[in-house]
Amino acid sequence: MPPRVLPNKCNGCPDRAETRCEEACPGDLMALDPATGKAFCRSTRDCWDCMSCTKVCPCAAIETRMPYQLGYHKASLRPIMSKNRIIWKCVDIHGQETTYEYANRLAPKTDLP
Amino acid sequence: MANRPGGSRAKSLPKTLADVCVEVVDCDVLIIGGGNAGCFVATEAALKDPSLKIVIMEKAEIMRSGACSAGMDALNTYIPEGKTPEDLVRWSRAQVGGGPLREDLALSNAQELNESIDDLERWGLPILRDEDGKIHYRGKWDISIHGEQLKPIMAEKAIEAGAEVYNRVAGTGLLMDQGRCVGATGLNVRTGVFHVFRAKSTIVSTGGAGTLYKSYTADSTDSGAQIWMCPYCVGSGYAMGFRQGAELSSLEQRWVATRTKDFCGPVDTISVGYKAPIINCKDEKVMSRYAHLGGDAAPRYIRANAPMEEWLAGRGPCYCDTRNMAPDKVQAMMTDYLNERPSFVLFLASRGQDVTKEPIEIYGSDPYIMGGHTMGGFWVEMDRMTTVPGLFAAGETAGGNPNKFVGGCAAEGKLAARGAIAYMKSAQPLPAQDSRELAEQIEAEKARVFAPLLRGAEFDGVSPREMKDRLQRLMDEYAGGTSQYYRTNEERLDYALKHIAMLQQQFQYLKAGDLHELMEANETMDRVDVSEAVVHHLKARKETRWAGWQTRSDYPERDDVNFDCFVETRRDPESGVVTAFTRPYEQLVPGDRQKS
Repeated sequence: MPPRVLPNKCNGCPDRAETRCEEACPGDLMALDPATGKAFCRSTRDCWDCMSCTKVCPCAAIETRMPYQLGYHKASLRPIMSKNRIIWKCVDIHGQETTYEYANRLAPKTDLP
Repeated sequence: MANRPGGSRAKSLPKTLADVCVEVVDCDVLIIGGGNAGCFVATEAALKDPSLKIVIMEKAEIMRSGACSAGMDALNTYIPEGKTPEDLVRWSRAQVGGGPLREDLALSNAQELNESIDDLERWGLPILRDEDGKIHYRGKWDISIHGEQLKPIMAEKAIEAGAEVYNRVAGTGLLMDQGRCVGATGLNVRTGVFHVFRAKSTIVSTGGAGTLYKSYTADSTDSGAQIWMCPYCVGSGYAMGFRQGAELSSLEQRWVATRTKDFCGPVDTISVGYKAPIINCKDEKVMSRYAHLGGDAAPRYIRANAPMEEWLAGRGPCYCDTRNMAPDKVQAMMTDYLNERPSFVLFLASRGQDVTKEPIEIYGSDPYIMGGHTMGGFWVEMDRMTTVPGLFAAGETAGGNPNKFVGGCAAEGKLAARGAIAYMKSAQPLPAQDSRELAEQIEAEKARVFAPLLRGAEFDGVSPREMKDRLQRLMDEYAGGTSQYYRTNEERLDYALKHIAMLQQQFQYLKAGDLHELMEANETMDRVDVSEAVVHHLKARKETRWAGWQTRSDYPERDDVNFDCFVETRRDPESGVVTAFTRPYEQLVPGDRQKS
């Protein structure tokens, strides 16, 4: 189950023609369920696990999960996006947490020829 | 300038062809696919002539579309101080076992390469530098980046340059006028509008073709798309051109690479970036077996096939031996992965794996057609025009010129933009708005594209997924997929062609319940048509030149007398008959072809 939408956090991106995850997904897999008002993944087996939906969600309402065929229950990897920086928090199946942080954009360079 | 959103999904679907809304837009430059190459076509075309009307037809949303959607951790080619473009061509040639390759194209790309990568740095891409301020090389030619934002950086520049981006419009076919290309059509997967872009020049930059072959992890649960190549790049660009008679080159040189096992992730990150040796289950260094071919620096297809040969010989599994890595190196390697395939870090966490105690397992990938990595794609001239006038190719879609990667695809985008501008100066005007011939063509294409949706909910037919799965298993077992250790022979290829023809006959049974499925139905038809070309290419090269990429069990040796040349195919647009033929190789850069 690649993207897992947490219903208590997803607000369905009100006032937008498409939810942010729906807009971002390169496979057109995310959609809004009109019955619940929450986003969902229409076909988890077609997900590439690129994490674009997870990165773009302003409510941190999407978790990317490894398909069980490939990895055991349950580890997590959470991206926290800020201006020109990204922080990743990873927890493995033994509960060990690792944090990674780095600049993902630099100021545009004007001194290059 | 505008980035037109995909928008809300249509509340109601067309019931008849007459219900389908058609929107016609005229432009100067039409770019099909706003990825790595496509964004550079847009920025370069606007720079050279700001008056041009540039349109990008984009299947996803340009900020996170295609093969770069998850990001990138390295640029595999950037010419270091003291080296020349000719040196890069020599290296590229040696990587493909001495060729053949298009040295004319390779050299022109190499001359444009560093400037294109400098553009990315000017735009804010973090390129890692050593303490002395010089760019950090992780290998001989490849440099490290923190490219999590690579795709949005390129997309923003294409939009700033003035390109009009139509998001969620999947390209379906080319518009033709007396043998030349005058634009293309697309399906809007959100609104159901059928878009017609009439264009003075058209550049196809749709990426390569993943998903023709079954992945060994594909199953009934959630692992259907766990492949290395972006699974949303299905080869539609190749299919669109091929159906209109554009010549394809070298599709038999498939891209197969050593990847991490189960999660099909990059391996150069570990083996090149952190010098982790490839070992087998007996702790033997696998590449030492290939010392006569260069060992760890052996050509790419040798390195790709080596772990699979170990498995076949009973010495698998194989690993990248990370057990001696220092903790700070592990942290840096994980950061690299987070920039390119972040879910690989999640995969290791979900195995509870400490890579300093357990090495990372590796295996061969499923085969892909990718003219930016190996050299399957359209035959193009120096201006990047295909054999169909008015139709240009850049990046993965342009053939003959392997090892382009991110920088080379960017460079080629620039070259194609210049080619298109030069072509437009002498091209005939577009057909009249009321051209009956064009109207008939558009109507026929609309009928073809929407047919699976219009068959109705009660229609007893075939789902796009069923047909995709049938094709993928056929290609895997008969056309040299992973389960067959990439081997095939004449009889298996004939079997594949017979069943591909049956699948083409069965297009009439495809059914789609909504617009997303309609896109999938069209993608699957494209996959089948591209697979037909791939099989013809594999059949025509009756030798084994690049074991793994191209292995013929019935012709196990390399045959320089007959096959030191390019294998080409062309499909007659009227009859649909595919013919294969060859073109000669020409060495332009002097030196031993096997050596870099």
